[in-house]
Amino acid sequence: MSDGMETEQGPEAAAIVLRGVHKWYGQFHVLKNIDLTVQNGERIVICGPSGSGKSTLIRCINRLEEHQQGEILVEGIKLTDDLKRIDEIRSEVGMVFQQFNLFPHKTILENCALAPIRVRKMPRKDAEELAMQYLERVKIPEQADKYPAQLSGGQQQRVAIARALCMNPRIMLFDEPTSALDPEMIKEVLDVMIELAEEGMTMIVVTHEMGFARTVADRIIFMDGGEIIEDAPPQKFFEAPESERTKEFLAQIL
Amino acid sequence: MSEMYRAGEHPDLPPPVETSGVRRWLRANLFSSVLSSLTTLVLAGFILWILKSALIWGMLEADFFGASFRDCASAGACWAVASARFPQYWFGFFYPSAQYWRPLLAFALLSVAVAPWLSESIKYRRELKIFSLFYPLIALLLLYGGAGLAIVETDRWGGFLLTLVIGVVGIVASLPIGILLALGRRSEMPVVRTLCVVFIEIVRGVPLITVLFTASVLLPLFLPDGMSFNKLLRVLIMVSLFASAYMAEIVRGGLAAIPPGQEEAARAMGLGYWQTMGLIVLPQALRIVIPGIVSSFIGLFKDTSLVAIVGLYDLLGLTQAILKETGWMGVKIEAYVFIGAIFWICCFSMSRYAKHLEEKLKRGHV
Ligand SMILES: Nc1ncnc2c1ncn2[C@@H]1O[C@H](COP(=O)(O)OP(=O)(O)OP(=O)(O)O)[C@@H](O)[C@H]1O
Ligand SMILES: [Mg+2]
Repeated sequence: MSDGMETEQGPEAAAIVLRGVHKWYGQFHVLKNIDLTVQNGERIVICGPSGSGKSTLIRCINRLEEHQQGEILVEGIKLTDDLKRIDEIRSEVGMVFQQFNLFPHKTILENCALAPIRVRKMPRKDAEELAMQYLERVKIPEQADKYPAQLSGGQQQRVAIARALCMNPRIMLFDEPTSALDPEMIKEVLDVMIELAEEGMTMIVVTHEMGFARTVADRIIFMDGGEIIEDAPPQKFFEAPESERTKEFLAQIL
Repeated sequence: MSEMYRAGEHPDLPPPVETSGVRRWLRANLFSSVLSSLTTLVLAGFILWILKSALIWGMLEADFFGASFRDCASAGACWAVASARFPQYWFGFFYPSAQYWRPLLAFALLSVAVAPWLSESIKYRRELKIFSLFYPLIALLLLYGGAGLAIVETDRWGGFLLTLVIGVVGIVASLPIGILLALGRRSEMPVVRTLCVVFIEIVRGVPLITVLFTASVLLPLFLPDGMSFNKLLRVLIMVSLFASAYMAEIVRGGLAAIPPGQEEAARAMGLGYWQTMGLIVLPQALRIVIPGIVSSFIGLFKDTSLVAIVGLYDLLGLTQAILKETGWMGVKIEAYVFIGAIFWICCFSMSRYAKHLEEKLKRGHV
């Protein structure tokens, strides 16, 4: 394989392609031979027991973690050590974290406008208008001048989603976006995500919200021990999973 | 208390009596039991006695003016040692008195340059910040000379002027260098990381005095003739590097306190390393370690007095020289009390400002 740019040709160029990806933390083999293709506009839900490598997998897609073997292509661009390319890919791939990770020293509006101003070099005024648009979409424009600590968990996570959307990403990654939330706030975040899915955003969502998976996902992936065990559409995944381990997992969480 | 109110109709009541007020405070803190009352009385008596002695020695029976120790006939303090040499305490023995306006102007402009960094509500903050960037050049021009102003060589600088120059340069240089060292110590590049660790650990393991000695006595011996440069400059560099190593460790503590998710979120949005550090991580990290940073500034400011040992006439060096003069034989403590007071005012102001800043940030968010 040649380093640097490598573009997949053709109209069906996939949003994300992983081929034979392996990753180790020291001696520990976290990701084992991952093959995964995500088409544009596809919604993928990833589930699996704790420690199975779900976070690691999606963090490899925007290079928050480095893989050691195999290749990852995002929008046709191959992930290599080229830092410029990585920042380019990161600005096209939005990520939402379990712990929100809003910047506590900046207001909600500043949180959202920061990347458009600094990365896209957008004028401040335009960036703030854009930020307000997305804050309206997640239904909290009135919180724009507050600081993250003054918001509830559900509101903070919606801000985090708006913040990611401000970069106009082609792909959104969600790492257990509702796991740190109180039950009554989970729905408001899922509603925003469902809306996003309906608009055709390419999404990879790590979650155990099976209701969400059933209604939104095109495919559900079950991971265990660093491997993809099952990869099926919701209907088949819930009703006729192939692997015993998937059945056990489903029995536990449903 | 047994009155019943329907929900939504409860009136605002005044707080129960005695939750506030001087008497309650006195009782709680000073006279809560027989033993504590006794301790309070004994300590109060002791403090009053000290205050009274200090007042008699320092004010009532003191001599304030005079040309030498012989003019101090009273039993109390001989403040003449401070008043007779007053300008020299500020500018040094050799700074030409016709040029005193230059350091004075430099002091005044320093407060202008510092103001926009200390206060957010100040008018023309932006313009003042730009001015402060040029301030070092202006100060150099005023103090040293050039562009029409008579040259005053740095070995003629002394007293508070010299203390302030070393202190301010050390403070202003140590923060950015310290930040870079702290970032370097966390770097993923092994060479950068090793260099930073080695530098920090070497400097922290050596007393400042030995560093100053090396700089002022040994270094010139090693350097070829003509390569030796200004003694004050050498001291400034050494003091700055020394303070930077400590600053680096303070900043590192702050960096460690910021959850890794902050950096990840910033990187995930496409911000580069320096943007992530400068906009997201450092503003939060530095805020946490403000008390440590200011302590380090205060320590540095007091440590400037060590330069007396390598023959600079800063406040301490100058005082020691004055006390060696035949005219002031017999005076000792008054001169030290005087410069001690100057140091105290400077350091106490820094400490108060830090407290104010902390409280302001606490009232804010985070
Ligand atoms: N930085 C790291 N260094 C070493 N081991 C790590 C590191 N990060 C994760 N691991 C390990 O890798 C494994 C997979 O972690 P990962 O976070 O991807 O799991 P997960 O499927 O997201 O689990 P969870 O549901 O708990 O979030 C875990 O066993 C974890 O302990
Ligand atoms: Mg995880």
